[in-house]
Amino acid sequence: MKARHKRFAFIAAGIAAVAIAATLVLNAFRSNLVFFYTPSQVANGEAPKGTSFRIGGLVEQGSLKRANNSLDAHFMVTDTAKRIEVVYSGILPDLFKEGKGVVAQGKLESDGLFHADQVLAKHDENYMPPEAAEALKKAGALNEKTGKSLVTTTEQAR
Amino acid sequence: MGFSTIHWYRYASPQAFYPLAGTLAPLFLAIAMGLGLIGLFIAFFVAPTDFQQGEAYRIIFIHVPAAWMSMFIYLVMACWGAVGLALNARLSFMMAQALAPTGAMFTLVALVTGALWGKPMWGAWWVWDARLTSELILLFLYLGAMALHSAVDEPRRADKAFAVFALVGAINVPIIYFSVKWWNTLHQGASISLTKAPAMAAVMLWGMLILALACWAYSIGAAMLRVRCIIAEREREASWMNEMREAE
Repeated sequence: MKARHKRFAFIAAGIAAVAIAATLVLNAFRSNLVFFYTPSQVANGEAPKGTSFRIGGLVEQGSLKRANNSLDAHFMVTDTAKRIEVVYSGILPDLFKEGKGVVAQGKLESDGLFHADQVLAKHDENYMPPEAAEALKKAGALNEKTGKSLVTTTEQAR
Repeated sequence: MGFSTIHWYRYASPQAFYPLAGTLAPLFLAIAMGLGLIGLFIAFFVAPTDFQQGEAYRIIFIHVPAAWMSMFIYLVMACWGAVGLALNARLSFMMAQALAPTGAMFTLVALVTGALWGKPMWGAWWVWDARLTSELILLFLYLGAMALHSAVDEPRRADKAFAVFALVGAINVPIIYFSVKWWNTLHQGASISLTKAPAMAAVMLWGMLILALACWAYSIGAAMLRVRCIIAEREREASWMNEMREAE
Protein backbone atom coordinates (compact mmCIF):
# COMPACT_ATOMS: atom_id res chain seq x y z
CA MET A 1 0.00 0.00 0.00
CA LYS A 2 1.37 3.36 -1.01
CA ALA A 3 1.58 6.19 1.48
CA ARG A 4 -1.24 8.13 -0.16
CA HIS A 5 -3.52 5.07 -0.09
CA LYS A 6 -2.79 4.73 3.59
CA ARG A 7 -3.69 8.37 4.14
CA PHE A 8 -6.92 7.91 2.16
CA ALA A 9 -7.83 4.87 4.26
CA PHE A 10 -7.01 6.83 7.41
CA ILE A 11 -9.29 9.70 6.34
CA ALA A 12 -12.10 7.29 5.41
CA ALA A 13 -11.81 5.55 8.78
CA GLY A 14 -11.84 8.92 10.54
CA ILE A 15 -15.00 10.04 8.72
CA ALA A 16 -16.68 6.70 9.48
CA ALA A 17 -15.83 7.05 13.18
CA VAL A 18 -17.25 10.58 13.32
CA ALA A 19 -20.38 9.46 11.46
CA ILE A 20 -20.98 6.61 13.92
CA ALA A 21 -20.44 8.93 16.88
CA ALA A 22 -22.88 11.46 15.41
CA THR A 23 -25.48 8.75 14.80
CA LEU A 24 -25.26 7.56 18.40
CA VAL A 25 -25.45 11.08 19.81
CA LEU A 26 -28.45 11.99 17.63
CA ASN A 27 -30.17 8.75 18.66
CA ALA A 28 -29.60 9.56 22.32
CA PHE A 29 -31.07 13.03 21.88
CA ARG A 30 -33.87 11.83 19.67
CA SER A 31 -36.72 12.98 21.90
CA ASN A 32 -35.07 16.36 22.55
CA LEU A 33 -34.77 17.07 18.84
CA VAL A 34 -38.51 16.86 18.28
CA PHE A 35 -39.95 20.27 17.51
CA PHE A 36 -43.53 19.30 18.27
CA TYR A 37 -45.56 16.37 19.57
CA THR A 38 -48.51 14.92 17.70
CA PRO A 39 -51.87 14.51 19.47
CA SER A 40 -51.31 10.73 19.51
CA GLN A 41 -47.98 11.17 21.27
CA VAL A 42 -49.67 13.45 23.81
CA ALA A 43 -52.40 10.84 24.35
CA ASN A 44 -49.69 8.21 24.96
CA GLY A 45 -48.13 10.43 27.60
CA GLU A 46 -44.93 11.05 25.63
CA ALA A 47 -45.20 14.82 25.91
CA PRO A 48 -43.68 16.56 28.93
CA LYS A 49 -46.14 17.23 31.74
CA GLY A 50 -46.41 20.46 33.68
CA THR A 51 -44.16 22.40 31.31
CA SER A 52 -44.60 24.17 28.03
CA PHE A 53 -44.29 22.15 24.81
CA ARG A 54 -45.49 22.29 21.20
CA ILE A 55 -48.15 20.25 19.52
CA GLY A 56 -48.48 19.90 15.77
CA GLY A 57 -50.97 18.52 13.31
CA LEU A 58 -53.82 19.62 11.09
CA VAL A 59 -56.53 22.07 12.10
CA GLU A 60 -59.66 19.94 12.02
CA GLN A 61 -62.25 20.92 9.42
CA GLY A 62 -65.13 22.90 10.95
CA SER A 63 -63.53 23.10 14.40
CA LEU A 64 -62.39 26.76 14.40
CA LYS A 65 -64.51 29.02 16.60
CA ARG A 66 -63.63 32.69 17.04
CA ALA A 67 -65.08 34.92 19.73
CA ASN A 68 -67.10 37.89 18.44
CA ASN A 69 -65.55 40.66 20.52
CA SER A 70 -62.05 39.38 21.31
CA LEU A 71 -59.09 37.60 19.71
CA ASP A 72 -59.92 34.31 21.46
CA ALA A 73 -59.98 31.28 19.20
CA HIS A 74 -60.82 27.61 19.78
CA PHE A 75 -59.79 24.85 17.40
CA MET A 76 -58.98 21.15 17.26
CA VAL A 77 -55.53 19.90 16.28
CA THR A 78 -55.67 16.41 14.82
CA ASP A 79 -53.27 13.86 13.35
CA THR A 80 -56.32 11.95 12.02
CA ALA A 81 -56.04 9.46 14.93
CA LYS A 82 -56.30 11.64 18.07
CA ARG A 83 -57.25 15.27 18.61
CA ILE A 84 -56.60 18.01 21.12
CA GLU A 85 -58.63 21.14 21.73
CA VAL A 86 -56.55 24.32 21.66
CA VAL A 87 -57.45 27.73 23.05
CA TYR A 88 -55.48 30.74 21.92
CA SER A 89 -55.82 34.47 22.31
CA GLY A 90 -53.97 36.45 19.68
CA ILE A 91 -53.52 37.03 15.98
CA LEU A 92 -53.44 33.84 13.94
CA PRO A 93 -50.95 33.67 11.03
CA ASP A 94 -52.27 34.25 7.50
CA LEU A 95 -51.77 30.65 6.50
CA PHE A 96 -53.78 29.37 9.46
CA LYS A 97 -56.72 27.52 7.89
CA GLU A 98 -58.91 24.57 8.62
CA GLY A 99 -57.42 21.43 7.10
CA LYS A 100 -53.93 22.96 7.08
CA GLY A 101 -50.89 22.33 9.26
CA VAL A 102 -50.34 24.12 12.56
CA VAL A 103 -47.82 24.08 15.41
CA ALA A 104 -48.92 25.56 18.74
CA GLN A 105 -46.76 26.19 21.79
CA GLY A 106 -48.31 26.18 25.22
CA LYS A 107 -49.36 24.06 28.18
CA LEU A 108 -51.83 21.26 28.64
CA GLU A 109 -53.89 22.45 31.61
CA SER A 110 -55.97 20.38 34.01
CA ASP A 111 -59.14 21.38 32.14
CA GLY A 112 -57.91 19.15 29.29
CA LEU A 113 -57.46 22.11 26.97
CA PHE A 114 -54.16 23.10 25.42
CA HIS A 115 -53.59 26.77 26.29
CA ALA A 116 -51.39 28.10 23.50
CA ASP A 117 -49.31 31.25 23.73
CA GLN A 118 -47.91 30.99 20.20
CA VAL A 119 -49.51 29.56 17.08
CA LEU A 120 -47.40 28.96 13.96
CA ALA A 121 -48.65 27.83 10.56
CA LYS A 122 -46.89 24.81 9.10
CA HIS A 123 -47.27 24.78 5.34
CA ASP A 124 -46.41 21.89 3.07
CA GLU A 125 -43.88 21.59 0.27
CA ASN A 126 -46.38 21.82 -2.61
CA TYR A 127 -46.32 24.91 -4.80
CA MET A 128 -48.71 25.47 -7.69
CA PRO A 129 -50.68 28.27 -9.36
CA PRO A 130 -54.22 28.90 -8.01
CA GLU A 131 -55.78 27.55 -11.23
CA ALA A 132 -54.02 24.22 -10.79
CA ALA A 133 -55.10 24.10 -7.15
CA GLU A 134 -58.67 24.85 -8.27
CA ALA A 135 -58.55 22.02 -10.81
CA LEU A 136 -57.20 19.63 -8.19
CA LYS A 137 -59.87 20.73 -5.74
CA LYS A 138 -62.58 19.99 -8.29
CA ALA A 139 -61.10 16.54 -8.72
CA GLY A 140 -61.13 16.22 -4.93
CA ALA A 141 -57.43 15.50 -4.81
CA LEU A 142 -56.05 18.72 -3.30
CA ASN A 143 -56.64 18.12 0.37
CA GLU A 144 -55.56 14.56 -0.10
CA LYS A 145 -52.28 15.72 -1.63
CA THR A 146 -51.46 18.58 0.74
CA GLY A 147 -52.89 16.90 3.82
CA LYS A 148 -51.07 13.67 3.14
CA SER A 149 -47.63 15.24 3.05
CA LEU A 150 -48.18 16.76 6.47
CA VAL A 151 -49.68 13.70 8.10
CA THR A 152 -47.00 11.38 6.71
CA THR A 153 -44.24 13.56 8.13
CA THR A 154 -45.82 13.31 11.54
CA GLU A 155 -46.33 9.57 11.10
CA GLN A 156 -42.73 8.97 10.05
CA ALA A 157 -41.55 10.81 13.10
CA ARG A 158 -43.39 8.47 15.41
CA MET B 1 -4.67 18.59 -28.83
CA GLY B 2 -7.30 16.00 -27.92
CA PHE B 3 -9.02 15.67 -24.57
CA SER B 4 -6.98 12.65 -23.53
CA THR B 5 -3.63 14.17 -24.51
CA ILE B 6 -3.93 17.11 -22.12
CA HIS B 7 -1.79 16.52 -19.08
CA TRP B 8 -4.41 17.10 -16.39
CA TYR B 9 -2.03 16.63 -13.48
CA ARG B 10 -0.13 19.66 -14.77
CA TYR B 11 -2.90 21.80 -13.32
CA ALA B 12 -2.25 20.44 -9.83
CA SER B 13 0.63 22.90 -9.61
CA PRO B 14 -0.27 26.42 -8.54
CA GLN B 15 1.99 27.81 -11.25
CA ALA B 16 0.01 26.15 -14.05
CA PHE B 17 -3.37 26.71 -12.44
CA TYR B 18 -2.91 30.42 -11.79
CA PRO B 19 -3.38 31.57 -15.42
CA LEU B 20 -6.10 28.93 -16.03
CA ALA B 21 -8.09 30.26 -13.06
CA GLY B 22 -7.62 33.73 -14.50
CA THR B 23 -9.30 32.75 -17.78
CA LEU B 24 -12.03 30.63 -16.16
CA ALA B 25 -13.13 33.21 -13.56
CA PRO B 26 -14.62 35.87 -15.90
CA LEU B 27 -16.16 33.12 -18.04
CA PHE B 28 -18.07 31.59 -15.11
CA LEU B 29 -19.01 34.98 -13.69
CA ALA B 30 -20.47 35.95 -17.08
CA ILE B 31 -22.46 32.69 -17.18
CA ALA B 32 -23.66 33.40 -13.64
CA MET B 33 -24.77 36.90 -14.64
CA GLY B 34 -26.66 35.66 -17.73
CA LEU B 35 -28.37 32.74 -16.00
CA GLY B 36 -29.10 34.89 -12.96
CA LEU B 37 -30.92 37.50 -15.03
CA ILE B 38 -32.93 34.84 -16.90
CA GLY B 39 -33.75 33.06 -13.64
CA LEU B 40 -34.81 36.23 -11.84
CA PHE B 41 -36.97 37.23 -14.82
CA ILE B 42 -38.76 33.86 -14.65
CA ALA B 43 -39.01 34.14 -10.86
CA PHE B 44 -40.61 37.57 -10.80
CA PHE B 45 -42.50 37.87 -14.09
CA VAL B 46 -43.18 34.44 -15.57
CA ALA B 47 -43.81 32.11 -12.62
CA PRO B 48 -47.42 32.10 -11.39
CA THR B 49 -48.48 33.03 -7.86
CA ASP B 50 -48.86 30.21 -5.38
CA PHE B 51 -52.31 28.92 -4.37
CA GLN B 52 -51.76 29.29 -0.63
CA GLN B 53 -48.77 31.60 -0.10
CA GLY B 54 -49.56 34.16 -2.81
CA GLU B 55 -46.62 36.31 -3.93
CA ALA B 56 -44.55 35.74 -0.80
CA TYR B 57 -43.53 32.26 -1.97
CA ARG B 58 -41.25 33.92 -4.58
CA ILE B 59 -38.54 34.14 -1.93
CA ILE B 60 -38.08 30.41 -2.62
CA PHE B 61 -36.19 31.33 -5.82
CA ILE B 62 -33.38 32.80 -3.73
CA HIS B 63 -33.79 30.73 -0.57
CA VAL B 64 -33.59 27.22 -2.01
CA PRO B 65 -30.64 27.73 -4.42
CA ALA B 66 -28.73 29.48 -1.60
CA ALA B 67 -29.49 26.65 0.83
CA TRP B 68 -28.47 24.01 -1.73
CA MET B 69 -25.21 25.83 -2.40
CA SER B 70 -24.47 26.26 1.30
CA MET B 71 -24.56 22.48 1.77
CA PHE B 72 -22.97 21.53 -1.55
CA ILE B 73 -20.04 23.95 -1.23
CA TYR B 74 -19.30 22.54 2.22
CA LEU B 75 -19.10 19.01 0.78
CA VAL B 76 -16.84 20.17 -2.07
CA MET B 77 -14.67 22.03 0.44
CA ALA B 78 -14.38 18.91 2.61
CA CYS B 79 -13.51 16.81 -0.47
CA TRP B 80 -10.73 19.21 -1.46
CA GLY B 81 -9.50 18.97 2.12
CA ALA B 82 -9.49 15.16 1.97
CA VAL B 83 -7.66 15.15 -1.37
CA GLY B 84 -5.17 17.65 0.02
CA LEU B 85 -4.52 15.52 3.10
CA ALA B 86 -4.17 12.27 1.15
CA LEU B 87 -2.10 13.51 -1.80
CA ASN B 88 -0.35 16.32 0.07
CA ALA B 89 -1.34 18.67 -2.74
CA ARG B 90 -1.05 22.36 -1.93
CA LEU B 91 -3.53 23.47 -4.57
CA SER B 92 -6.28 21.26 -3.09
CA PHE B 93 -5.93 23.01 0.26
CA MET B 94 -6.00 26.36 -1.50
CA MET B 95 -9.23 25.41 -3.32
CA ALA B 96 -10.80 24.33 -0.03
CA GLN B 97 -9.79 27.61 1.57
CA ALA B 98 -11.06 29.59 -1.44
CA LEU B 99 -14.54 28.04 -1.22
CA ALA B 100 -15.21 28.78 2.45
CA PRO B 101 -16.23 32.49 2.21
CA THR B 102 -18.61 31.78 -0.70
CA GLY B 103 -20.19 28.94 1.25
CA ALA B 104 -20.54 31.12 4.34
CA MET B 105 -22.21 33.82 2.23
CA PHE B 106 -24.76 31.39 0.78
CA THR B 107 -25.48 30.04 4.28
CA LEU B 108 -26.13 33.56 5.53
CA VAL B 109 -28.36 34.27 2.51
CA ALA B 110 -30.34 31.09 3.17
CA LEU B 111 -30.76 31.97 6.86
CA VAL B 112 -31.78 35.60 6.22
CA THR B 113 -34.20 34.84 3.37
CA GLY B 114 -35.60 32.01 5.48
CA ALA B 115 -36.29 34.43 8.33
CA LEU B 116 -37.91 36.91 5.95
CA TRP B 117 -40.06 34.10 4.60
CA GLY B 118 -40.84 32.59 7.99
CA LYS B 119 -42.32 35.73 9.51
CA PRO B 120 -45.23 36.18 7.05
CA MET B 121 -45.86 32.45 6.47
CA TRP B 122 -45.24 30.66 9.77
CA GLY B 123 -45.66 33.67 12.01
CA ALA B 124 -42.09 33.65 13.43
CA TRP B 125 -38.70 34.94 12.25
CA TRP B 126 -36.86 32.08 13.86
CA VAL B 127 -37.69 28.80 15.58
CA TRP B 128 -35.23 26.30 17.05
CA ASP B 129 -36.31 23.36 14.93
CA ALA B 130 -33.81 20.81 13.62
CA ARG B 131 -33.53 22.24 10.10
CA LEU B 132 -32.95 25.85 11.12
CA THR B 133 -30.60 24.99 13.96
CA SER B 134 -28.42 22.67 11.86
CA GLU B 135 -28.18 25.32 9.11
CA LEU B 136 -27.07 27.86 11.73
CA ILE B 137 -24.42 25.36 12.87
CA LEU B 138 -23.26 25.18 9.24
CA LEU B 139 -22.64 28.93 9.28
CA PHE B 140 -20.59 28.55 12.46
CA LEU B 141 -18.62 25.69 10.86
CA TYR B 142 -17.71 27.89 7.88
CA LEU B 143 -16.73 30.79 10.13
CA GLY B 144 -14.85 28.46 12.50
CA ALA B 145 -12.90 26.87 9.63
CA MET B 146 -11.89 30.29 8.29
CA ALA B 147 -10.96 31.52 11.76
CA LEU B 148 -8.91 28.37 12.40
CA HIS B 149 -6.97 28.85 9.16
CA SER B 150 -6.07 32.42 9.96
CA ALA B 151 -5.23 31.57 13.58
CA VAL B 152 -2.43 29.16 12.62
CA ASP B 153 0.65 31.01 11.41
CA GLU B 154 2.42 28.32 9.44
CA PRO B 155 0.47 27.83 6.12
CA ARG B 156 0.96 24.06 5.80
CA ARG B 157 -0.20 23.41 9.35
CA ALA B 158 -3.08 25.82 8.86
CA ASP B 159 -4.09 23.92 5.70
CA LYS B 160 -4.10 20.60 7.54
CA ALA B 161 -6.04 21.93 10.51
CA PHE B 162 -8.56 23.51 8.13
CA ALA B 163 -8.99 20.25 6.18
CA VAL B 164 -9.51 18.12 9.30
CA PHE B 165 -12.00 20.65 10.69
CA ALA B 166 -13.89 20.73 7.38
CA LEU B 167 -14.00 16.92 7.20
CA VAL B 168 -15.35 16.51 10.73
CA GLY B 169 -17.94 19.23 10.13
CA ALA B 170 -19.12 17.54 6.92
CA ILE B 171 -21.23 15.23 9.10
CA ASN B 172 -23.57 18.19 9.61
CA VAL B 173 -24.56 18.31 5.92
CA PRO B 174 -26.58 15.07 5.81
CA ILE B 175 -28.11 16.11 9.15
CA ILE B 176 -29.34 19.37 7.59
CA TYR B 177 -30.62 17.62 4.50
CA PHE B 178 -32.51 14.83 6.27
CA SER B 179 -33.55 16.82 9.36
CA VAL B 180 -37.04 17.40 7.95
CA LYS B 181 -37.44 13.64 7.45
CA TRP B 182 -35.94 12.37 10.69
CA TRP B 183 -37.64 14.74 13.11
CA ASN B 184 -40.80 16.80 13.48
CA THR B 185 -39.88 20.24 12.22
CA LEU B 186 -41.74 23.42 11.43
CA HIS B 187 -39.80 23.60 8.18
CA GLN B 188 -41.59 21.75 5.38
CA GLY B 189 -40.10 18.77 3.57
CA ALA B 190 -38.14 18.90 0.33
CA SER B 191 -40.10 19.93 -2.77
CA ILE B 192 -37.37 18.63 -5.05
CA SER B 193 -35.67 15.31 -4.51
CA LEU B 194 -34.18 12.55 -6.60
CA THR B 195 -36.67 9.95 -5.41
CA LYS B 196 -40.00 11.59 -6.27
CA ALA B 197 -41.62 13.92 -8.77
CA PRO B 198 -41.15 17.60 -7.89
CA ALA B 199 -44.00 19.03 -5.80
CA MET B 200 -44.17 22.30 -7.72
CA ALA B 201 -45.39 23.65 -11.03
CA ALA B 202 -42.98 23.27 -13.98
CA VAL B 203 -42.34 27.01 -14.54
CA MET B 204 -41.52 27.53 -10.86
CA LEU B 205 -39.17 24.55 -11.00
CA TRP B 206 -37.38 25.89 -14.09
CA GLY B 207 -36.86 29.30 -12.54
CA MET B 208 -35.39 27.69 -9.45
CA LEU B 209 -33.10 25.32 -11.36
CA ILE B 210 -31.78 28.12 -13.60
CA LEU B 211 -31.04 30.24 -10.53
CA ALA B 212 -29.34 27.25 -8.91
CA LEU B 213 -27.11 26.91 -11.99
CA ALA B 214 -26.36 30.63 -11.79
CA CYS B 215 -25.29 30.14 -8.17
CA TRP B 216 -23.05 27.25 -9.25
CA ALA B 217 -21.38 29.36 -11.92
CA TYR B 218 -20.98 32.25 -9.48
CA SER B 219 -19.42 29.95 -6.87
CA ILE B 220 -16.91 28.57 -9.37
CA GLY B 221 -16.03 32.05 -10.63
CA ALA B 222 -15.66 33.49 -7.13
CA ALA B 223 -13.55 30.52 -6.01
CA MET B 224 -11.26 30.95 -9.03
CA LEU B 225 -10.75 34.63 -8.26
CA ARG B 226 -10.08 33.87 -4.62
CA VAL B 227 -7.71 30.98 -5.31
CA ARG B 228 -5.67 33.35 -7.51
CA CYS B 229 -5.32 35.71 -4.56
CA ILE B 230 -4.30 32.83 -2.30
CA ILE B 231 -1.73 31.56 -4.82
CA ALA B 232 -0.34 35.05 -5.33
CA GLU B 233 0.02 35.49 -1.58
CA ARG B 234 1.55 32.09 -0.84
CA GLU B 235 3.88 31.96 -3.84
CA ARG B 236 5.05 35.55 -3.61
CA GLU B 237 8.63 34.34 -3.05
CA ALA B 238 8.54 31.83 -5.93
CA SER B 239 10.64 32.58 -8.98
CA TRP B 240 7.81 31.99 -11.49
CA MET B 241 5.68 34.59 -9.73
CA ASN B 242 8.47 37.17 -9.90
CA GLU B 243 9.15 36.37 -13.56
CA MET B 244 5.48 36.76 -14.38
CA ARG B 245 5.31 40.04 -12.53
CA GLU B 246 8.33 41.32 -14.44
CA ALA B 247 6.88 40.16 -17.76
CA GLU B 248 3.77 42.18 -17.02
